[in-house]
Amino acid sequence: MTKIVVVTSGKGGVGKTTTSAALATGLAQRGHKTTVIDFDVGLRNLDLIMGCERRVVYDLVNVINGDANLKQGLIKDKRVEDLYILPASQTRDKDALTLEGVEKVLDGLKEMGMEYIICDSPAGIEKGALTAAYFADEAVVVTNPEVSSVRDSDRILGILSSKTRKAEQGEGDIPARLLLTRYSPERVESGQMLSVEDVKEILAIDLLGVIPESQAVLNASNSGSPVILDRDSDAGQAYEDAVARFLGETREHRFLTSTKKSLFGRLFGG
Amino acid sequence: MTVASEEKAVLEFKGRMLMMTVLHLKDLDPNTLHREVGRRLDEAAQWLRDAPVVIDLADPENSSQIELLAAVDTLRGLGVNLVALARNAHLDADTAAMLGLGSISLAGGRDVPRPEPAPASQTPAADTLVVEQPVRSGQQIYSHGDLIVLAPVSTGAELLAEGHIHVYNTLRGRALAGVRGNTAARIFCQDLDAELVSIAGHYRVAEDLPDNQRRKAVQITLDGDAMRFVELSGK
Ligand SMILES: Nc1ncnc2c1ncn2[C@@H]1O[C@H](COP(=O)(O)OP(=O)(O)O)[C@@H](O)[C@H]1O
Ligand SMILES: [Mg+2]
Repeated sequence: MTKIVVVTSGKGGVGKTTTSAALATGLAQRGHKTTVIDFDVGLRNLDLIMGCERRVVYDLVNVINGDANLKQGLIKDKRVEDLYILPASQTRDKDALTLEGVEKVLDGLKEMGMEYIICDSPAGIEKGALTAAYFADEAVVVTNPEVSSVRDSDRILGILSSKTRKAEQGEGDIPARLLLTRYSPERVESGQMLSVEDVKEILAIDLLGVIPESQAVLNASNSGSPVILDRDSDAGQAYEDAVARFLGETREHRFLTSTKKSLFGRLFGG
Repeated sequence: MTVASEEKAVLEFKGRMLMMTVLHLKDLDPNTLHREVGRRLDEAAQWLRDAPVVIDLADPENSSQIELLAAVDTLRGLGVNLVALARNAHLDADTAAMLGLGSISLAGGRDVPRPEPAPASQTPAADTLVVEQPVRSGQQIYSHGDLIVLAPVSTGAELLAEGHIHVYNTLRGRALAGVRGNTAARIFCQDLDAELVSIAGHYRVAEDLPDNQRRKAVQITLDGDAMRFVELSGK
């Protein structure tokens, strides 16, 4: 059985690509054969985050148009077994991403025995985002703890409830879970950002994880290595926890309080 | 008497939400229009015959002003209450003025499902709609009767009901009860944090909600022109 997961948000720049890369890598590390697909035609950067941009020959649109077959389009990750990347096209027309074409690619990946297909969605609520989400069995909604991002995620959740193939076939909403990223406990405590509780209450969906705002993410993308491979970093560990929860494990949420405060709390018995 | 109070006596701007009907015209041929619109009006309830109508042309580039003029004449002849022409790159305010119509932009407006015309002999069934899923930003729910929502209603979501609206959760979006003019319609909600509440066209925006009722379980009614907010005692 293949599970198709869309990583989506509505808003841009919230961490969808960072999350797609981490989630796919984490699943593959645990032995699940996984492909991560970049649906952001025109703004491709998954290949950069995955560190395979110098090995890109063909892309998703090539495969859809039949310029290349699926095996030629897939890039096999060098660090992690069972991990494949299907990059987006930088130049080609967005209209090439037809639902029939995408379905063909997904079916091909299923035949190859993929257990998970992670679809890195472009921002927005238009065709590109809808195409990335259409065939999904499950969604990870990436949100930053600020009002506009939460609003956009809410919007996407509403769209997911009617615009996926499952919804159209009357199978109802696909399960959607929240990944709160770029979380800064200091800024929550000073009232500049919404807290996990605030966001959970507004969106009313299950929490998959909270990823702290972290320099490690920038370092990781600069070096082309998904942050989840940086096991000593806070963000890497938070993504590792999220992958475990994704697979059904229970793990306590970490990195929710500022280090300053928890030290203070420890000293004074808080 | 001061100038200010004199002005006040002469005119007063009042916020009122009006439902307008948008008539999408794909064909301007007077004969076709006469047949089709005439038939629809025969079937329709009184509200459609009274409704203010905005004309929206499907193909503005390829319709001549003459055709448009003839179409407007035909519609007026049928008693359609034309008020405006939807504005776009090809149909500006001047064109609308020439036709004796106002010019309004439909951009940003939202479609509200229209009530189906009821068969003449039968009274319309006031079905109660029950919603158990969260109503998300950008979603709109319309009930011909009452509307009961058991999940949160997000900012940017819109509830519309011809009857009462009940929200047994947090109401952050908009709730419009009595949208067909029923002034006895009420809004009940467990946690009031709405962007806008309205009964029979009278409305209050978030800023004007009584502070002491915010985040409370509240009942909202219309009393003449005034909206009344009463905290639900819970007993
Ligand atoms: N947890 C984080 N901490 C710090 N920076 C982050 C974090 N997550 C994402 N970023 C940064 O935010 C920017 C947008 O991330 P990206 O994953 O490309 O978002 P999207 O795909 O949603 O547009 C990038 O510069 C990325 O490095
Ligand atoms: Mg991206």
